[in-house]
Amino acid sequence: MIKFFLMVNKQGQTRLSRYYEHVEIPKRTMLEAEVIKNCLSRSKEQCSFIEYKDFKLVYRQYAALFIVVGINETENEMAVYELIHNFVEVLDRYFSRVKCFIMFNLDRVHIILDEMVLNGCIVETNKNRILAPLLVLDKMAES
Amino acid sequence: MALTVVSQIFPREMIPAVLPLIEDKLQHSKEIIRRKAVQALYKFYLIAPNQVQHIHDKFRKALCDRDVGVMAASLHIYLQMVKENASGYKDLTESFVTILKQVVGGKLPIDFNYHSVPAPWLQIQLLRILGLLGKDDPRTSELMYEVLDESLRRAEINHNITYAILFECVQTIYTICPKSDLLEKAAKCIGKFVLSPKINLKYLGLKALTYVVQQDPNLALQHQMTIIECLDHPDPIIKRETLELLYRITNGQNITIIVQKMLDYVRQSKEEYTIINLTGKIAELAEKYAPDNEWFIQTMNAVFLVGGDVMHPDIPNNFLRLLAEGFDDEKEDGQLRLYAVQSYLSLLEGEDTFYPQKFIQVMSWVLGEYFYLINDGDPEIIITKLYRLLKQTFVTSETKAWIMSAITKMASRIPCSKTVDKLIQEFSTSLDTCMRQYAFELKHLCENKELMKNLLPLDASCETVVDASLSFLDGYVAEGLSCGAAPYKPHHQRQEEKLSQEKALNFEPYGLSFTSSMSSSGFTGRQSPAGLSLGSDMSGNSAEIGQKDCLKLDGVRKLWGKEGYLPKKENKTGKEDKTQPAPEDSILVGHVDDPPLIQPEQQVVSLSEEEKEKQQLASTLFVGLGTSSTVSLMGKADTMTQKFKRKSKINETHTREEASSIQNFATLPFSPFPDITPNDKENFQGNEHLELRKVSLNSSEVLEASVSLDRSQSLTEAGLDEKLSDYRLSTSSLFADSNIEVLQPSQSAPKTVANKVSLSLCLPEELADHPHSEIVELCSSDVLTVYSCKVWTDDCSLLVLFVANKSPSPLKTVNLVFESTEHFKIFENLSCHFPVIEAQSIESCRKSVQLEKICTTGILSGFVSYHLDMDTHLEFSLIFSLSDFIRPMEITTEDFGKLWLSFSNDVKQNFKMSPQESLLIALNTLKQKLKLHIVEIIGNEGLAACRLLPSVPCLLHCRTHARTLSLWLRSSCSALPDSLLYQCQKVMEES
Repeated sequence: MIKFFLMVNKQGQTRLSRYYEHVEIPKRTMLEAEVIKNCLSRSKEQCSFIEYKDFKLVYRQYAALFIVVGINETENEMAVYELIHNFVEVLDRYFSRVKCFIMFNLDRVHIILDEMVLNGCIVETNKNRILAPLLVLDKMAES
Repeated sequence: MALTVVSQIFPREMIPAVLPLIEDKLQHSKEIIRRKAVQALYKFYLIAPNQVQHIHDKFRKALCDRDVGVMAASLHIYLQMVKENASGYKDLTESFVTILKQVVGGKLPIDFNYHSVPAPWLQIQLLRILGLLGKDDPRTSELMYEVLDESLRRAEINHNITYAILFECVQTIYTICPKSDLLEKAAKCIGKFVLSPKINLKYLGLKALTYVVQQDPNLALQHQMTIIECLDHPDPIIKRETLELLYRITNGQNITIIVQKMLDYVRQSKEEYTIINLTGKIAELAEKYAPDNEWFIQTMNAVFLVGGDVMHPDIPNNFLRLLAEGFDDEKEDGQLRLYAVQSYLSLLEGEDTFYPQKFIQVMSWVLGEYFYLINDGDPEIIITKLYRLLKQTFVTSETKAWIMSAITKMASRIPCSKTVDKLIQEFSTSLDTCMRQYAFELKHLCENKELMKNLLPLDASCETVVDASLSFLDGYVAEGLSCGAAPYKPHHQRQEEKLSQEKALNFEPYGLSFTSSMSSSGFTGRQSPAGLSLGSDMSGNSAEIGQKDCLKLDGVRKLWGKEGYLPKKENKTGKEDKTQPAPEDSILVGHVDDPPLIQPEQQVVSLSEEEKEKQQLASTLFVGLGTSSTVSLMGKADTMTQKFKRKSKINETHTREEASSIQNFATLPFSPFPDITPNDKENFQGNEHLELRKVSLNSSEVLEASVSLDRSQSLTEAGLDEKLSDYRLSTSSLFADSNIEVLQPSQSAPKTVANKVSLSLCLPEELADHPHSEIVELCSSDVLTVYSCKVWTDDCSLLVLFVANKSPSPLKTVNLVFESTEHFKIFENLSCHFPVIEAQSIESCRKSVQLEKICTTGILSGFVSYHLDMDTHLEFSLIFSLSDFIRPMEITTEDFGKLWLSFSNDVKQNFKMSPQESLLIALNTLKQKLKLHIVEIIGNEGLAACRLLPSVPCLLHCRTHARTLSLWLRSSCSALPDSLLYQCQKVMEES
């Protein structure tokens, strides 16, 4: 099961965070800081899975952007690793160019993420279906 | 959109209101709506599984939905449900297999593909479900072989996601019942992973290997070299995973090197969590496979050093227990202890070295306990060393207390010491009150060496553990009884009293022994005060021991109460007199070993009939013990005659006992007791003692009766009890007749064994007073059968396990191990070891089970292994339900009101009632089945309270209105009301 989903830039600032298990707000910042420190300290040759406390971190780097997912041991690391990529591909398709848009359209990113992951489970990976509700929304906004 | 919101944040209270709406949406024409509805239901299932129970068939419909998305969404629900109860969904295996086949075969719309792999996450999900379903079930597994093979074959494109699928496949293959060619393929797969240059794959391969070696250690051999490479890998994560793998394949031969590697890693690691985790593992391995004493002590020293104060408190505790209890071999023990003492002395040699607190505690305990093993050393030197430690600033006050008690122990063995005097002087004025108290104690003890020696005997650590749990109160109770002025107190009060006594004993041994010598009653003679303080020193006042304490004390009390039915009062006092002058240690042993000490001749008469019938009904040892089952068949009408029979038996036993030795006197409370139990079960035993605890008025009467010599009075008393049984709480249902015939053998069976074999503390007699379940057979083989019985005592749920050896030869090294689960916690450890079980005999052990995580029902599984010609392994599992952990909570209406307002977690539900049902009936059912305590009934409203062990309260408010009964539960714990409501619902439906 997925515990949290983080998007962090290289400076260690959190761009997006989504928790699927209740974590108190002050603890979140602590956790994020540690998680980022852990990920940033690793080189490219090292493996993308980290054991951290009683759960595991799976991270992937896209230019200056890190995406970190916290999972428990029942989850398949590689599947989550690919899920991150899938997520980025969806963003890519919707925004055509990812990075700068994410900052200004956080709500959209959240909607996409919520379509894909719910209560810590991967619920949808079909790109067309993930984007369908969002496109409906856009159409409504235009008209 | 609304449905998405529903499935993300939703309060449990609102579910009933929204549920029908969502159910409607399941039929919606748009698939996205249907999918969202299923997701919302999944959320409901997660937060309150009981409330969506009635729509399970709708989930099935969703699974067969023509749209893939809806089907996929329903899989999450199934994964969860199968996880909880795999056997309930075996029939769906075929559908899952078909779905997977379609997915793998590429029958899905093209847009579900991810990098040309069809719906990979869906495949993973399905594989996971299949793995759970096929576990330990050859028939179900058979259905899957084909499709697993297919997916292994299909997933050969070189892409990360296919590796993910392969990994899942391998895991599934090794989880289900094995099939050789599949295993081979899977092994090949793992090989590919491990050898891959890609680091992520390597990690995955190691993880798979770790999982697989549990089934097949040979696989690790094939990859030996790779594993060794990984050990020196620059990436610490890979290293960590490799260690995990090594941990699984550790055995007696390779332990030294593996532990060495682990220690190296821990020393480098800075993260607290890793340290805790790994030190725990090292300690476990060291205990299991240690090649020799020297190595063991060294390793443990290293563990204590690196683990420091963050490590799990169980590690030092287990270590000390191992030292204290030792092995079977006396010489081996001596060596181990000697070596420990020596190594600690050399460690303390260095000046100003810093050691973790826990390590110092361990050291001081060992030195205090076993310093005498060193012949050439001078205790004075050790004391000086400890004294130096005391002066260090980094030592906390808790540790100081440990050191002080070690010094006290040593001081008792040496004539006089300057250091001790100096220490006393210095700390008598210490600001720390605790230290001051210790110093004063020491001072007083030094003034009276004789007493000191008695209080602190050599090598008593082991006995004290047992002693703390058993003896000291029986003298007290006996005294009270003989005066006829000791009314029983309600349970909680008694517990408080006990606690306060324990404290007094712990901190003021001198004061207590002083008073006891004044009163010149049984106290000084008994070793208990010292034992207790030592015992609690050692256990660090751990709550576990405390719990055990009060449990066994209960037993002792009742035992004496029972003994009151013995015809002769002098007999009892006589016993007291005789026990007093007896040497302490023999009393101790007497108490500990009571059952085995019962002499054979004493038992022959009473047992021979049973034995005969046992042979007649030779099927199993338990069911075979006939006399008692005939009793239950005779029913209540015959109990009178049975009672007379009983009396004659008691006389028999009694005369025998007069002839027997002092030690046999110590066994006296035990021996007549089992004789009584089978017969008067229905009338006395069960209800009486529960009664005793609950109604103090009534109990004092019983006590008087027990002191008096008049037997007939005890009979009328029994009658009284019968009447009183109306007041009984839930126990009535527990003592239904059907139970009794099964229950009785439990008491007599171990007893028959007792005369043949010296059993360890096999005391179902004291437990028999508590409500308990039937004895059920858990598992059996040709030579061995395991039975279990749940005992619901006031403050814990005990699980008593009997291991019966049916073979004509003794069984060696029988091990009983429970698997740890997230729901339950088992005290004190998960396993139980019998070095040998003689032919045709029974050993028993008991474990206290606690509910860790609230659930309505849970499975506790484990296995028994034994060695007879070859190693054999038997698995078993037991079901515990929430109601096993519920006890009545007695509170007043006012308190109820206060508590009610202070709790925030509540659930409410309405039930339909049949016309003949009333509030009273409903409440009574709840009371009986769930052990609730009814606080008050006001008009059409009723209040009840219960607690979840150890002490989580839950309140119930129910109200009837126009044929509906609304139950409203509140508790301080969020999950409790929901689960309890589910139990209520079940109970109501049954009735």
